[in-house]
Amino acid sequence: MKYMDEFRDPATAKKLVEEIKRLAPIARGQREMPLQIMEFCGGHTHTLFKYGIASMLPADIEMVHGPGCPVCVLPMARVDDCVAIAEQPSVIFTTFGDAMRVPGTRKSLLQAKADGCDVRMVYSPMDALAIARKNPEREVVFFALGFETTMPSTALTLLQAYREGLKNFSLFCNHITTPATMRAILTDPDLRLDGFLAPGHVSMVIGAHPYDFVTRDYRKPLVITGFEPLDILQALWMLVKQFAEGRCEVENQYARIVPEAGNVAGLKAIAEVYETREHSEFRGLGNIGDAGVQIRDDYAAYDAEKKFGLPIDFAQGAVGYDPEHLKCADVLRGVMKPWECPAFAKTCNPQNPLGALMVSPEGSCAAYYAYGKLAKRS
Amino acid sequence: MNFSGSITLAHGSGGRVMHQLVDELIRSTFSNPLLEEGEDQARIPLAGLGAQGDRLAFTTDSYVVTPLEFPGGNIGTLAINGTVNDLAVGGAKPLYLSCGFIIEEGLSLETFARILQSMRLAADEAGVQIVTGDTKVVQRGGADKLFINTAGVGVIPAGFNPSAGGAQVGDVVIINGWLGDHGAAILNARGDLALEADIESDCAPLNALVEAMFAACSDIHCLRDATRGGLATVLNEFAERSGVDMVLKEDTLPIRTPVRGMCEILGLDPLYLANEGKLVAVVPAEAAQTVLAAMQRIPAGYHACIIGAVVEGEGHVILQTAFGGERIVDMLPGEQLPRIC
Ligand code: SF4
Repeated sequence: MKYMDEFRDPATAKKLVEEIKRLAPIARGQREMPLQIMEFCGGHTHTLFKYGIASMLPADIEMVHGPGCPVCVLPMARVDDCVAIAEQPSVIFTTFGDAMRVPGTRKSLLQAKADGCDVRMVYSPMDALAIARKNPEREVVFFALGFETTMPSTALTLLQAYREGLKNFSLFCNHITTPATMRAILTDPDLRLDGFLAPGHVSMVIGAHPYDFVTRDYRKPLVITGFEPLDILQALWMLVKQFAEGRCEVENQYARIVPEAGNVAGLKAIAEVYETREHSEFRGLGNIGDAGVQIRDDYAAYDAEKKFGLPIDFAQGAVGYDPEHLKCADVLRGVMKPWECPAFAKTCNPQNPLGALMVSPEGSCAAYYAYGKLAKRS
Repeated sequence: MNFSGSITLAHGSGGRVMHQLVDELIRSTFSNPLLEEGEDQARIPLAGLGAQGDRLAFTTDSYVVTPLEFPGGNIGTLAINGTVNDLAVGGAKPLYLSCGFIIEEGLSLETFARILQSMRLAADEAGVQIVTGDTKVVQRGGADKLFINTAGVGVIPAGFNPSAGGAQVGDVVIINGWLGDHGAAILNARGDLALEADIESDCAPLNALVEAMFAACSDIHCLRDATRGGLATVLNEFAERSGVDMVLKEDTLPIRTPVRGMCEILGLDPLYLANEGKLVAVVPAEAAQTVLAAMQRIPAGYHACIIGAVVEGEGHVILQTAFGGERIVDMLPGEQLPRIC
């Protein structure tokens, strides 16, 4: 714990908050709106709320919660596919915990489990592999989702299964890449963001340079940061300083962990196993070209999509399962605050989520529901 | 009785094998005069009850934990302490328990005997008697090895009336020790986390502690044990029912380092982890030190401390983080599910 406590020191926090308060009015200048800073990643949203950071910031800064929660951008059709696989009698369907509650058009995986499907929660894809070894007569499928953070571990798991010659293991691949998703936000005509906090663990894998286009093509400063509360405060201070000094750069607050060039071994595993998918549907963002990955043909035997001949609307880029009156799309793009959605805390709540943003504790709607009453009040 | 082998459907048949199980194993382990009468019901003299207070408290709970045995306890100790504590936090002196077993065919007799034995010890420690019971055996797959239901009666002394709606502005919030040990111990004992943490359940009876608190201050405003849903859930109930806010100071919350560490890794919040030997009390500020001193003399209260205060508000629980910010601690929508990244 000692190591962590270093990054939670209240005295240092206070100093940083004072510096942010001093610089923020200069950074904001004459404009009416506060500076809109998007923390792209749900992990950051979680830290902001958990430590009450939102309540410490001056009114010159407004945090906008981004789409960086792989559970939140999962389209309903994809959940339907999961359920369809899980319903095959021979299948043990394995997944991370928070993906279980995401609603599909028919049901969530949690409901499928209650209806008798063998759906199991695991803590890593290697756990799923262990289940496959123990149950040679069953088909074990792992629901591989997440940004570049989780990609190396699913790739390495697949390679391990390949080396062992396991015949009853496959990945249902739903990985997506961070820079492409960010580009989709930046090209949105409704865009009203001024800068970004980028996720440190993604950069642990991909490094800092994939974000160069953000400053070069879109003139939005970006700071890569870790997940401890002091990391985030320091990154905010660095960002505000950039505005105040009229700079626009990719900066790396998380240099203690993030190498400029990323993680070579991780990137190699990713390149070995995955290739870019032409179309990927994101909930709320629609189709984003080249943003998702699929399993290469060399490893087709481990691709659940091929193994189970899935309904292929997803691969062809069908959009539009989300009902109109749900404002998930606007919240995801930072155009609307969660509580402005007519369903928020009424028909849509964590017990009965209508949108995925209410499912994962990192989703901005769930985060506001759980922690945000104070933030909303002020 | 021979403890080798396992429970079969014959043990629930009503015939000789069942009688053997009930008489030679269950009744003999729990033995006490009321149970020895061997009737279909326990016959409790009213006079003795009436002398101890002016109201009867009656409660029931069912226990379905996996795994059956874990560091710091087992399903049996939970079944005794859980019901004892439900009575105690209502201000009652727990006296008599019933005990119903639903056993899945295949449970080893040795395990069952061991659980019975620890139930006996837990009952003795809490000063209660198991006076009636029931045993059913279901087919394999019909239950998860063993379910236990316990019901209990106790007597509430005149003048003791803690309630969830009793918190008043200016009161302080007290907890009797480390938070989340039980929830963390169970997660750890399930063995699918591959964590090497050394965490024991806090399973313990709280009636002696409540008695000492009552003796120190008869005007305890709220009292609850913080079981499923943890501290956060209990405080939300208090705040809502009393129409006040509760402000917690994060750096005063007693949480063991391994529990904190496990929560960090899994993305869980220790404020919501289950406890099996923790109570939350809201007491008038002027009585706080007396109550604390009384608690700290009892083993279940050695680590008692003040963690927050009651302020004016609309029924929220607010955490002042050690970091200098504030956040609302709401009730949890469902089970805590670990995050993926
Ligand atoms: S409240 Fe529910 S429906 Fe509305 S944006 Fe949030 S998740 Fe979507």
